[in-house]
Amino acid sequence: MKRVEHAKLAGAFLSRPEHVAFHDKRLWDLRSKRDAQAHAIPEWETLRTLASQIKAHTLSHLADYLDQFTRVAEANGVQVHFADTAEEHNETVYRILHERGMTALVKSKSMLTDECDMRPYLESRGISVMETDLGERIQQLDRQPPSHIVVPAVHKLRDDVAEVFGRTIGTDPHNNDIHYLAESQRMNTRPWFVREKTAGMTGCNFAVAETGTVVVCTNEGNADLSANVPPLHIVSMGIEKLIPRVSDLGVFIRMLSRSALGSPITQYTSHFRAPRPGAEMHFVLVDNGRAERLAMPEFWYSLKCIRCGACMNTCPVYRRSGGLSYGSTYAGPIGAIINPTFDLKRFSALPFASTLNGSCTNVCPVKINIHEQIYQWRQVIAAQHELPFVKQEVLKMAGRLLGSPTLYRGAVASLEGALRRMPNFMLYNPLNIWGKQRDLPHVPHTTFHAWYRKNRKGGGNGGS
Amino acid sequence: MADREAFLARVRAAQPAHEPLPEVPLFAAPSGDLRERFCAALKLMGGGEAQVETAADVRAWILQRFGSEARIASATPEVEGTREITADTKPASLEDVDVGVVRARFGVAETGSVWFSEREYVVNALGYLVQHLVVLLDPRQLVAGLQDAYRRDDFRGARYAVLVTGPSATADIEGVLIQGAQGVRSLTVVWLPVP
Repeated sequence: MKRVEHAKLAGAFLSRPEHVAFHDKRLWDLRSKRDAQAHAIPEWETLRTLASQIKAHTLSHLADYLDQFTRVAEANGVQVHFADTAEEHNETVYRILHERGMTALVKSKSMLTDECDMRPYLESRGISVMETDLGERIQQLDRQPPSHIVVPAVHKLRDDVAEVFGRTIGTDPHNNDIHYLAESQRMNTRPWFVREKTAGMTGCNFAVAETGTVVVCTNEGNADLSANVPPLHIVSMGIEKLIPRVSDLGVFIRMLSRSALGSPITQYTSHFRAPRPGAEMHFVLVDNGRAERLAMPEFWYSLKCIRCGACMNTCPVYRRSGGLSYGSTYAGPIGAIINPTFDLKRFSALPFASTLNGSCTNVCPVKINIHEQIYQWRQVIAAQHELPFVKQEVLKMAGRLLGSPTLYRGAVASLEGALRRMPNFMLYNPLNIWGKQRDLPHVPHTTFHAWYRKNRKGGGNGGS
Repeated sequence: MADREAFLARVRAAQPAHEPLPEVPLFAAPSGDLRERFCAALKLMGGGEAQVETAADVRAWILQRFGSEARIASATPEVEGTREITADTKPASLEDVDVGVVRARFGVAETGSVWFSEREYVVNALGYLVQHLVVLLDPRQLVAGLQDAYRRDDFRGARYAVLVTGPSATADIEGVLIQGAQGVRSLTVVWLPVP
C-alpha cells in the first residue's frame, strides 16, 4: 500500500483555521480535565505503575491467560472464536450472523472493527450495520474513519455535522443546534435496537481471565442497548485486552475515563460474563499482528495500551494535524508506534510526526514509553532506508554540522543574522515540509556561546 | 476460524520473559461522609437525587415529576408500576415506557455509581430502553471507592453487572454535553432504606 504522507494530509486539515483552533482547544481541555482528576488522587502515580506492571505480567503469560479466559467463558455458556487476521474476524462475524438469519447489526464503538474494516465486509454481504455511538455514527454517515479513538468526530464542527445529517438522515441542514442534532440521531438510531433479525455487537475494554468477563465502557449506554435488547451479542476483542483478576479493574477503571475525558468514570461500565437465558453470547478473539508485535523486543510495550487517547489529547502535533492525517484507525502518538508494526513501509512517516517532547509518555496510564518508541522506530526506518531522499540528505548535513564544534559555531554565528534576514522562501520552500504552517521563533540577539565568553571570561564557575 | 491450539502456541512463542504480577494494595479512602461524596460525584455526572419518607411516596413523586400519564415499569416490589415486568418480558416491549424503577444493590461514593445485575433489573433493557430511570438506594449500602466495589463477590455471580453513573450522555459534537444520547434521559437516585 501507498506510504501515508502525514505532513501532506495534515495540510488539508490546516487549511481550515477555525477547525484547527477548535480542535486544539477542545483536546487541550480534555488534557486539563485529566490533570485535575489525576491530581485529586494521591495514589495516581502508584496506580500507573501498578497498571503497567499488571499489563506487563499479563502479556508475558498471555497464552495461559487466554486459555483460562476461554475455558471459563465456555463454562459460562459463551461461544469463543479465534481469528488470526482481520479477514478471519470478519468471516467469523458474518458466519455467526448469517447462520441465524440476521440482517442487521447494532453496535457500539470498537476500534478493532475499524481496524478490521468490518463494515464494508458485512454490508457487501447484505448485513446493515448501525454504529450507535454519536461520534462514530457521524463518521459512518460521512464515510470517514474515526479521527480519534475516544471522540471519533472531534475534528468536525456543528456545521459539518448539520451538513452530514442533512445529507444522510434527513435533518434540516441549516439547523446546527447541537441538541437538535443529537436528538435527531437518537430518534434515527433507537428503532434499530428493537428491530427483528438484528444482532448486537460491542467491543471490549478489558477481559478478565479469572471470571471470563468482558468489560465495556461507554457514556451513551449504547453498548448496553446493543447487548441487552437483541437475542445475540457478539464481542469483538483484541487478545491484548486480558487482565488477570476482577480486583485489577479497581486499578484500570479508576484510570480509564479520568485519562480519556477527565471524568471519574464513564456513565456506564458494563460487565458481560454470561448470556441472558434464551440469548447467545459470542467472543471473537483477534490476533491480527498482535502476536508478531509481542515478539518485538523494543515494541511489545505498546500492547499495554488501554485506548484512553490521553497521548493524543496532549500531543501538539496531533492536536494541530487532526487524526485523519495519520491514515489509520490509530492516530496520534500511539498510532505512530502501533501502525509501523502492521506495515512499516506504509506508516514510515508517522514516527516523524512528533516533537519527542515526551508528554505522551507522562500522561499514559499504563506508562508506555511512547516517545522512546517513536525514536526507536525512526532508527529502524532510517536503517531500512525508508527515509525520503530529502530528509536523508538534510540529516547527513546536520550530522556533519552537529558533529564538529568548529563547524557548528561558525554556522550558528552566521545564522544569527541570517535567521533575522532570511527571506521566507528559504524556510517555506517545498523541500522543507516542516516549515509549512509554522512560524520561526524569535531569534536571540546573541548566541549562548558568545554570551558566555563575554560574561564568564576567566570566571571560575564550572571550568571550561 | 483459526485453530485454537495453533493460535495459543503462536502467542506463547511470542511472549516476553516473565514479568511478576504485583499485589494491588487497598489505598486509604479520602475522608468525608460517604453519602456526601456520593452525591457530589453523582451531581458531577449529571444524576439527580430525591428523598422520600416511605416506598409509597416514590410513586407519588414519579407522577408529580413525570406527569400523571407516565407509563411506569418497576423491577422492585416496593414500587407499583403501571405495567408488570417479569423475567419473561421481552426487552423490546419496554421501548414505550416513560419511567423505569429499580433498586440498586449498592452505590460507590468515589464516582456516584450504582450497581445492578440481572437480579435487580429483572429485564436488563430496563436500564436503557426507557426514557427516565429512578433508582432506589439504601444510604447504608455505600462503599467508598471502585477498589472496594471490585473486591466484592457480586461481580462473580452475575451474568451481567453494571456500574451506572448518571444518565446516558455524549459530548461528541464540539464537547457540548447532551443528556439522553441513546439511553435514559435522566437518572434520579431516591434515598430509601431497604425495608
